[in-house]
Amino acid sequence: MNPVTEPTLPGYNFAYLDEQTKRMIRRALLKAVAIPGYQAPFGSREMPLPYGWGTGGIQVTASILGPNDVLKVIDQGADDTTNAVSIRRFFARTAGVRTTEKVAEATVIQTRHRIPEQPLRDHQILVYQVPIPEPLRFMEPRETETRKMHALQEYGVMHVKLYEDIARYGRIAHAYDYPVLVNGRYVMKPSPIPKFDNPKMDRMPALQLFGAGREKRIYAVPPYTSVKSLDFEDYPFEIQRWNQCCALCGAADSFLDEVVIDDRGGRMFVCSDTEYCHSRRAALPRGARESGS
Amino acid sequence: MAYSHAVTAPGFDEPVLQAQQVFRALLTAQSQPGRIVKVDSVATLPPLYPATMALLLTLVDRDTPLWLDLSPSPWEAVSSHLRFHCGCPIVTAPFDAAFAVLSRPEKMPDFSAFSLGSDECPDRSTTLIIQVETLLEHRGRRWAGPGIADARRVHVAELPEHFWRQWRNNHALFPRGVDVIFTQADHLLALPRSVHVAEDN
Repeated sequence: MNPVTEPTLPGYNFAYLDEQTKRMIRRALLKAVAIPGYQAPFGSREMPLPYGWGTGGIQVTASILGPNDVLKVIDQGADDTTNAVSIRRFFARTAGVRTTEKVAEATVIQTRHRIPEQPLRDHQILVYQVPIPEPLRFMEPRETETRKMHALQEYGVMHVKLYEDIARYGRIAHAYDYPVLVNGRYVMKPSPIPKFDNPKMDRMPALQLFGAGREKRIYAVPPYTSVKSLDFEDYPFEIQRWNQCCALCGAADSFLDEVVIDDRGGRMFVCSDTEYCHSRRAALPRGARESGS
Repeated sequence: MAYSHAVTAPGFDEPVLQAQQVFRALLTAQSQPGRIVKVDSVATLPPLYPATMALLLTLVDRDTPLWLDLSPSPWEAVSSHLRFHCGCPIVTAPFDAAFAVLSRPEKMPDFSAFSLGSDECPDRSTTLIIQVETLLEHRGRRWAGPGIADARRVHVAELPEHFWRQWRNNHALFPRGVDVIFTQADHLLALPRSVHVAEDN
């Protein structure tokens, strides 16, 4: 599929936001890149959709996007779910940018809760939608205190949290939004991606930007930056594994969603990254494709 | 203080699109330190390079106090130009500035004259835009850190002796510290505080 263009809406500035807002967000982005993992405050604006629908990610995307960009938007790995479709159309209409579902064609990828299976390259930018940016928030509700804890690198409570999992369940039970240490300095929430995706963040060639609209924070991981998932020597970080392969494309290396297919307990496992699954199926020989689906 | 209201040079021809292009070039530079990027040429006033002017038109506005190291006569012309195009306050104390333009790096003040941010809010530091005569990749000092796959060699000419010694202290202050953007004609190169620069050439 070639990148698509839609007719743009008249009466809006390019990419919806006014220039003053873009400058403010751009300055926050530059600071965020200079201090990897640090949550830079920004004056988040009201957007034409509610908080929780990716307003932070949208404001970051709107501030970096240019007419020559090609935008891909995913929601839980899928290009065709409500959040992804509406954000993609928002930018197609307000910025006139081309949109795509193919990772390789995209220059900017906005994501809710997944990192594409296909490795990203160094000219690409991955924009995450973040609900709660502060990793220490559930242990310490006061912003004044969490700021101090970051300043002093006082991250003991984070390890206690993980240790409590081990004491209670015999393993670290965090499955998503698994805390990471960025560049050996800041503990950061990677947004609610499955911990399966955490290793992809480490020394990723693409620039990673994080936008939290309601919480008014922007943070970043520059290319080739160390991103280490927190763990213990005797309880090392592990990612999810499945006994199944994807029921549609046969992938054994991708993150699988369990899908209920009837009311008699029938279920199947399929790739969460729909574009990865489609491209793998398209590459299969015809006979195999039919028996596979 | 008297200054001329005459606007001596135009700003961007296409403010929205050019600001976006300059910002993306800078974002590339900032996230890949040591990589020289080019920006579209823009009308400027001496002694500011087109790249310096492009950065100011892109980043500076009423929220960002600006400090200029210019001598009195260009100071007035440049200040009045930037007040018109960006609406930014021009400050006389470097410590108050969000951005500082240094056109004479050999005479630049110590980093401690600028805001270094605090441990809680390291983002509240000054960004220095330093004009130099030569920027070269693949030779010179060895840069390493976030955004650099292994190491990059970068040569920045015309910097005073103490600059790199100060840079070592600045890097040691991390996450506090200033960020630097070097400009030369219509090229720029970023040196964020996260980058470690080795001593040897």
